[in-house]
Order: sequence, then structure tokens, then C-alpha cells
Amino acid sequence: MDGVDLNVDAGAVYGFLGPNGAGKSTTVRMLCTLLKPTAGQATVAGYDVVDRPGEVRIRIGVALQEAALDERQTGREVLDLQARLYGLSAADRAASIARAVDLADIGDAMDARIKTYSGGMRRRLDLAASLIHGPEVLFLDEPTTGLDPVSRAQVWDEVRRLNGELGVTVFLTTQYLEEADALADRVAIIDGGRIVEEGSPSELKRAVGADVIVVDLPSEAIAPAAAVAETVPEVDAVTRGRRGITIATADGAATVGTVAVALSSAGLHPQSLTVRTPSLDDVFLLATGYRMSAVDPAAGGGGAAPGPGARAAAPESGGP
Amino acid sequence: MVRPVGIVTDVATVARRSVRSLLREPEAMAPALIIPTFFFIVNIGALESFVERSPGIDYRAFQIPVAIIFAVTGISRASVLVIDIQTGYLDRMLVTPVRRTTLLLGMMVADVVLALALSLVVVVMGFVAGVRFETGVLGILLFLGMAVAWSLAFTGFPYTVALRTGNPAAVNSSFLIFFPFAFLTPAYLPRELMTGWMQTVAAWNPVTYLLEGMRSLLTGGWQAAAMGKAAAAIGGLALVTFVMAFRSLARRVATG
Repeated sequence: MDGVDLNVDAGAVYGFLGPNGAGKSTTVRMLCTLLKPTAGQATVAGYDVVDRPGEVRIRIGVALQEAALDERQTGREVLDLQARLYGLSAADRAASIARAVDLADIGDAMDARIKTYSGGMRRRLDLAASLIHGPEVLFLDEPTTGLDPVSRAQVWDEVRRLNGELGVTVFLTTQYLEEADALADRVAIIDGGRIVEEGSPSELKRAVGADVIVVDLPSEAIAPAAAVAETVPEVDAVTRGRRGITIATADGAATVGTVAVALSSAGLHPQSLTVRTPSLDDVFLLATGYRMSAVDPAAGGGGAAPGPGARAAAPESGGP
Repeated sequence: MVRPVGIVTDVATVARRSVRSLLREPEAMAPALIIPTFFFIVNIGALESFVERSPGIDYRAFQIPVAIIFAVTGISRASVLVIDIQTGYLDRMLVTPVRRTTLLLGMMVADVVLALALSLVVVVMGFVAGVRFETGVLGILLFLGMAVAWSLAFTGFPYTVALRTGNPAAVNSSFLIFFPFAFLTPAYLPRELMTGWMQTVAAWNPVTYLLEGMRSLLTGGWQAAAMGKAAAAIGGLALVTFVMAFRSLARRVATG
């Protein structure tokens, strides 16, 4: 990690977006007091993570990647152990466990061994366990990685409810563009251990332009096509990718024709020309020079996920 | 709602889980019972009449402490700990305010329960074979206490390996250290009947003094010197292994 500098407002949902190996988990482990930073400083819920880890721990809930649970115990036993580790009194414990059982919503399986649970059930139990003590801040490290679309939608709903109804501040890492877009009030885009962009999803996308035109091209045509596109007056910016160019413009519908004609008269023939509103992937492309969806196949399939973040427009995975 | 709890409460919480998982895998106890029973029967069958040509040796009583050592040496919850490390369940516990040392101490409570159960089985086996304690009920209690204390002292090795490596295969291999400890000792014959070099090695092995102390409770009557040496052997080993284990815990907890 290098130069990660961020500030999350209480009550917000903060998305930490980046491809695998970008440093997301390392950041979360530092903020959760599991890993000591070699330099720098972090404050969670008002307390320094290095100097006052005990104060931080009682105020945070953590659901790490790959729902970490003891398979030999039942769901209820895991919740009970968790409640005891936080020192809840017998009465508080009973109430918290009852709430967590409702939250996990896995029915009779609560009293079955965890080794019989599906991935979705494990995530739900893990999330319920991380909330047993009523934390102020919830850390979710890739909460939906590996989940089917239905389970993912359930987790999204749960995160929205926790934040909306209980006012829990949520810090979530994800490699899914749609997830950051759908859930987060603010997003930090992280690449190679550094934050490359930070802002609300709409701000970030607006910074790219009102619309983008994605032009798929054979690789030898990319450089000349970029030069041609730059001469079109309505074009604000052109970014070269590996499979074509991405054009930012104020009015995509009006500009796409001009661009097509300009390319055609230069003897360049795009494989496809698509107009759409900018996605966080376009933000990522502008900041890093490559597309997240192209690096991480899992993110490309994310378009199938339900929710308002899912984009209707174009075959995004085929972008430059 | 969240409140600070005492170290005893934390240990009890971790121990509750460890004992519960212990009771759920009784099959894991099978080797710890089969091996000592097997060696007890085989050693008696092969050597009893030969060794008892030397005057003053009751070979069944002589072998019961060996059976106990075979039963309780190397048992631990380290195999569970290493799975907790791999699955991230240890991290799930580490993000709570639980005292770090109690994560190990709680598991050791389960080790004590198991060691006591195994020792009781072996002692009963001894009674069935006709072995009696010259030191009476107090001697039996002390005998069991020594077995459990030894077992606990030895758990430091597998816990150290689990915490240092986080690797189940390494933890499984760590039981190999049992062989020199158990066999380079007067396990088969009294020290004065052993080969010279072996006598020398055995003199440096803490298990030698443990066996001799336990045997004195069976057939020698109360012998302060033998008890003192056994206590020193157990204490010395515990000091070394516990320092290793708790340092390894501190290191793993510090770096995640």
C-alpha cells in the first residue's frame, strides 16, 4: 500500500473498487486492526487503529472475504460464541442472537452444522455474526464475490437496509463495478496499492463526459482512429485501449454519426460503434489506462447482476 | 452493550467451543487410545517374563506410565487452530476484543480435558491388568496430574508449528518429535539395564524423569527426589514450549 489517503463520513457507504491484487484486502485488514501499517495512520470510529485497537474492535463489525466460519459448529453456536467474545451479558446475548437469527434468515439450518450450508447461507450467517454487537462501522471485504445473482441481490438489499435503517457506516471493497455503483455513496478506485480516483459514482462518471462512444477496432487501426476522432469538434477526449478507443462527448447521439463518417472517410472501419452513458469502468480506464472488466473476467459478467446499477446499454465487456 | 470481560470469561468462551468440537469428533481420539493399548499388550507379552528375571520389577506397573506417555503426548487442538488460520476464522475472532492469549489458553483447556480422559482410560486398563498404586488414592491423583501436565507442556510444540506455518501438513509432521522423546528413554528397561550410549541420551531426556517419577508412585512409595525431578522435567519443557507458542501467537497476531 502506498499513499492511500481517504476519509469516510459517518453514516455513508464507501466503496473501495479495484481489481484483484490492487490492495483492497490489505487496506481493510489495516483498518480492522488485523495488520499493522508500517507507516501512516488511520482512525476508525474516532480511535487510532494502532494505539487504541481495543476501542476500534468493539465499534466495528467485519465480514472478511470467503465467509470465515467454523464448519463443525452450528450457525447458532457461531453467533453465541461471537456474542460472548464481545462480552455481551446473558440478556443482551439472547436478544442479539435472536436479531441475528432473523437477519441471517436461514430457517432451521441455524441449528445444523455449517458444513451443510450453501455459499449464500454462509455469507448471510457471516454478515449476521459481524453485526451481533451493533457496530457503528461495518467492513465488508468483497461481500458478494462468488455469489449467484440472487444471493448477491439479497446482500445488496441487506447493506442498504443496515445503512438506511440503522445508520451503520459501511466500508466495502469490491471488484464489481456494478456493486460500487449500486451501493456506494462514494467510491475510491484503487490500483496497484494507490487510490487513483475518488468521488461519488455520479461525479466520477460526469467527469468522464455526458456520454461515451466506444469504438471497437483492429489493433493497427487504433492509433489512426484516435487521431481522426480528435479532429471532430464535438469530441472532448479520446482514450486508447487495447481493443479500440473510447470517446467522451457531451452528446453521444449527435456525435456518433460525425465520428462514423470521419472514420469511414479516413478508410477506417470499426467493428462496432456504441453510444452509452459512462460507467465506472470508463472512469477506471481514464485513470489507469486499462479496463477493469478486461483484466478481471468476473467483473465482465457482473452486468448480469440485478439492481439499479446494471447497465442496459452496450456489451461492455467488448469495450476497448 | 459491549463491555470489557475478564480473562477467565474469555478463556471459558474459547474453551467452550474447543471442548464442543472435541466431543464432536470422538473418532479422532481412537489413535490416542489404540496406540497405548497396543503397545501395552505387546510389550507385556514380549518382555514381561524376561524383564521380571531381574528382581524387584513389576513389568505391568513399569509399562503403565509408558502407555500414558503414548496416549497423551502430542495431542492438541493445533489441527483445529491451523484450520482456523486457513479459513480466516481466527481473523474473525481477532477482530473482536478477545484477549489474544486466551485463544491459545482456551484450546489448552480442551487439551487438558482430553488428556485427563485418556489418562483415566489407561489407568483403568492398568487396574484391569492387576496394577496397584503403592501410594494410594493421593498417588493416583498425582499420577493423573503429572500425565495431564506433561501433555499440556508438550502441546506447545504443535501450537508453535501451527502458528508459525499455518500449514496443516507441517502440524501433522510435528508429531514426529514424539519419537525421540518417547523412545530414547527407559521405556522398555530400567536405565541401569540399558546400553551405555542410550543411558547417556536418556539422562538428558525429560521423559526419563517423568517415567521414573510416575513409576515411583506405582511401586516405589513416596520418593521426594523422583517427584522433584519429574516436576522439574515437566516444568522445564513447559517453560520452553510455552515461550515458543505464545511468542508465535504474538507474532501471528501482530502481522495478521
